[in-house]
Amino acid sequence: MRLDTTDQQMINLFQRELPVCEKPYEEMSRQLGITEEEVIARLQSLQDSQVLSRVGPVFEHSRAGASLLAAVAAPDAQLDLVAARINRAPGVNHNYAREHTYNLWFVMTAPDEDTLEQRLDELEHQLRLPMLRLPMVEAHHIDLGFDIDWEALS
Amino acid sequence: MTVSPSPEYPAVTAEPAAAGSVSAWRLLQLRRQLELGLPVTPRPYQMLADMTGLSEPEVMAAVRQWQDMGLIKRLGLVVRHRTLGYTANAMVVWDIPDEQVQELGQAMARAPFVTLCYQRPRRLPGWPYNLFCMIHGVDRQRVLDQLATLIAEHGLEQTPHAVLFSTKAYRQRGGRYVSHG
Repeated sequence: MRLDTTDQQMINLFQRELPVCEKPYEEMSRQLGITEEEVIARLQSLQDSQVLSRVGPVFEHSRAGASLLAAVAAPDAQLDLVAARINRAPGVNHNYAREHTYNLWFVMTAPDEDTLEQRLDELEHQLRLPMLRLPMVEAHHIDLGFDIDWEALS
Repeated sequence: MTVSPSPEYPAVTAEPAAAGSVSAWRLLQLRRQLELGLPVTPRPYQMLADMTGLSEPEVMAAVRQWQDMGLIKRLGLVVRHRTLGYTANAMVVWDIPDEQVQELGQAMARAPFVTLCYQRPRRLPGWPYNLFCMIHGVDRQRVLDQLATLIAEHGLEQTPHAVLFSTKAYRQRGGRYVSHG
């Protein structure tokens, strides 16, 4: 999807440093040289077109609650079906098909470790597929707020 | 003031400048709302205040404190890279000797095209990999070129690894730790 330069600039400047103040969008508009109304309209439209998933905080996984990356090897013919079952389980926030014997990769979250374990056990039982459970041991770099390479996208 | 909203939720620390006692329940409601995103209206913190029964200064103080303590790691526009055209998304997994994994992880994380890098346990016999790198790219060949750079730079020619490109996103959204489902 192609964005105009104002949208691009907005993303360049505000992936991580949205000011916490009474009127943050007015503050953004000052830096962008457009009106507050335009900032709000553009943000809404970028959300509608799925360019932005939201405006707001990204919580630190390890502090916000419990989360775990898991994978299953689903029979190819049942990939969509198994993925849909995974999505129906509580707390699943990422779920991707990947090219590997372990072809479905998802992240499950919960308020605490016990609830997480329960949710994973229930899902594993329901799917009748062995589940690879891969907790984080150490994060060296974990932040998707990287600078967008607009040139490569154009 | 440290408050545990309820035994089933992780402790939330909040000490809004207005002080007094800010209801733990209201702070929990605030976190729930924030996990869904900041309202896109002229006074988003006022709207969150109206939704949670807190005041606007209390909401802003809580957000600032959660930033300071690292519960909120960034605040801003959350991009869906796939919509923008980052459709080649590779999870590269490596089987690195335990005594080197820490150092190599740190080194790989510094490559500009590595967007996530972390260690996870092996699960033998089926899963021998202990280091994960994500490369979010615009096309597959370019991602493979970047991977070749990584291998050459760190002398990983003999290191067992696998490249798992994603082929479909069934779900991609922010974590909802204290929300339902």
